[in-house]
Amino acid sequence: MDIALNEMLETIRMIQMENLDIRTVTMGISLYDCADSDFDKMNQKVYHKITNYAGELKEVAEKVEKEYGIPIINKRISITPIAEILGNATKEQAIELAKTLDQAALTLGIDFIGGYSALVHKGISKGDQTLLDALPEALSETERVCASISVASTRSGINMDAVGKMGMIMKEAAERTKERNGLACAKLVVFCNPVEDNPFMAGAFHGAGEGEVVLNVGVSGPGVVLNALKKHPEADLGEVSDVIKKTAFKITRAGELIGREVAKRLDVPFGIMDLSLAPTNALNDSVAEILEEIGLKRVGTHGTIAALALMNDAVKKGGAMASSYVGGLSGAFIPVSEDNGMIQGIVDHSLTLPKLEAMTSVCSVGLDMIALDGDVSASTLSALIADEMAIGVINKKTTAVRVIPVPGKKEGDMVEFGGLLGRAPVMGVNGFGSEKLISRGGRIPAPLQSLIN
Amino acid sequence: MENKRAVVSVVGKDQVGIIAKVTTILSGNQLNILDISQTILQDFFTMMMIVDVTGVENLDQLQQQFDELSEELGLKINIQLEEIFKAMHRI
Repeated sequence: MDIALNEMLETIRMIQMENLDIRTVTMGISLYDCADSDFDKMNQKVYHKITNYAGELKEVAEKVEKEYGIPIINKRISITPIAEILGNATKEQAIELAKTLDQAALTLGIDFIGGYSALVHKGISKGDQTLLDALPEALSETERVCASISVASTRSGINMDAVGKMGMIMKEAAERTKERNGLACAKLVVFCNPVEDNPFMAGAFHGAGEGEVVLNVGVSGPGVVLNALKKHPEADLGEVSDVIKKTAFKITRAGELIGREVAKRLDVPFGIMDLSLAPTNALNDSVAEILEEIGLKRVGTHGTIAALALMNDAVKKGGAMASSYVGGLSGAFIPVSEDNGMIQGIVDHSLTLPKLEAMTSVCSVGLDMIALDGDVSASTLSALIADEMAIGVINKKTTAVRVIPVPGKKEGDMVEFGGLLGRAPVMGVNGFGSEKLISRGGRIPAPLQSLIN
Repeated sequence: MENKRAVVSVVGKDQVGIIAKVTTILSGNQLNILDISQTILQDFFTMMMIVDVTGVENLDQLQQQFDELSEELGLKINIQLEEIFKAMHRI
């Protein structure tokens, strides 16, 4: 027998007991050819193209899942940033298009469709403005549509006018869904340096450099990494890195196999493997618990950033060797509401908002799924976004903000978002305002690429 | 036709007749066993079989039969294509 018994057992244990799964297969679909000066025609073309291209996505993914015995949790779609095809459409029409996307997702039986997006890191075009105006309503009146807005990049700096608008948009979106704890904001990401092939939501979109249609895969497995580390309680940090690397390698290989198989059966090119460690609320499927296993009493304490940097880098190294096409965000996600260890860290007053910000400078994304005091002002939200964008711009990395100012909730309350989105303790913000910074507007210039100290 | 192989894994409490019952399902489906190995780990019975599934369109129906047996014996029985193990453990 080619494969040893203990190796088979390891794989089976990873899948059945340690939550190894393919987190998502995401089909990227270009919608550029759907653009039309007649809105109704465009609306129809978008619906037909998506339901036609992804018609078999769910069915094929489920078949592959059963044959290989490894769960594929989500089947998703990412599309061309919608602002780029809006043209002269009105705000009302943009909202109608969001509903069309929602309906397409419902018809296909997929959980999210990402790409109700605009790239405004340098300036806001007519279509971008229409999309921004439509956002709060579009997100609160749809269930499956995810939006992302790029407001900063290392090459162009930070568009503070857009940052200012995003604070207001988030407040309005939260207010419109106040009976559901501001859920609309859980589907809205503000990006710096976004990637064009991210398969994970809510930030997925099918970038301008992508082809007609592509299949991207996101794997996950914090539980697997955690269990591997538990077997080496005395290892030094070099060995810890090695254990994570080897585990990431195995996870990624499983993901690539499944991704390529699904792509082959759908007759669609395979795009990239995103090897992010993405936590879920399942027992022991937590990124925070990995950091604690490395040696922290509670996530958020001193040493958290060192441990996270080690882990993030090791995941990338293991994954990069396992797949020829690594892309997306690849690294570790640290969403609060989807990670029991993070939630515990906040409840125990170990993990704070400033520490979370600092963590984003060494992990793959940013402030993610954090519930904030409902009284936070739009300008404070904008300032929080601006800080996060600055971290990304200067460090030449993707950063993002997906926070929910929960209407009517105060610091210390616990809010439920349901399903994969989990629950989160509400965090307070700094009480001193930043109105003047935001009201100045304009652009923060792109940084020097030399003299880097 | 390309050879297609699957791994049948059985994990659970040791008891009389496990192998007999699992192989009965396989022979009932005209499936040839290529390799078989078994061990007892801390009172847990563990068995892996490599099965030739060339020409089998759908493993679903097999898995369903195994599910019924799993229930009856209180064991975990799974069938999955062999490539997943190769991908994870071989470069």
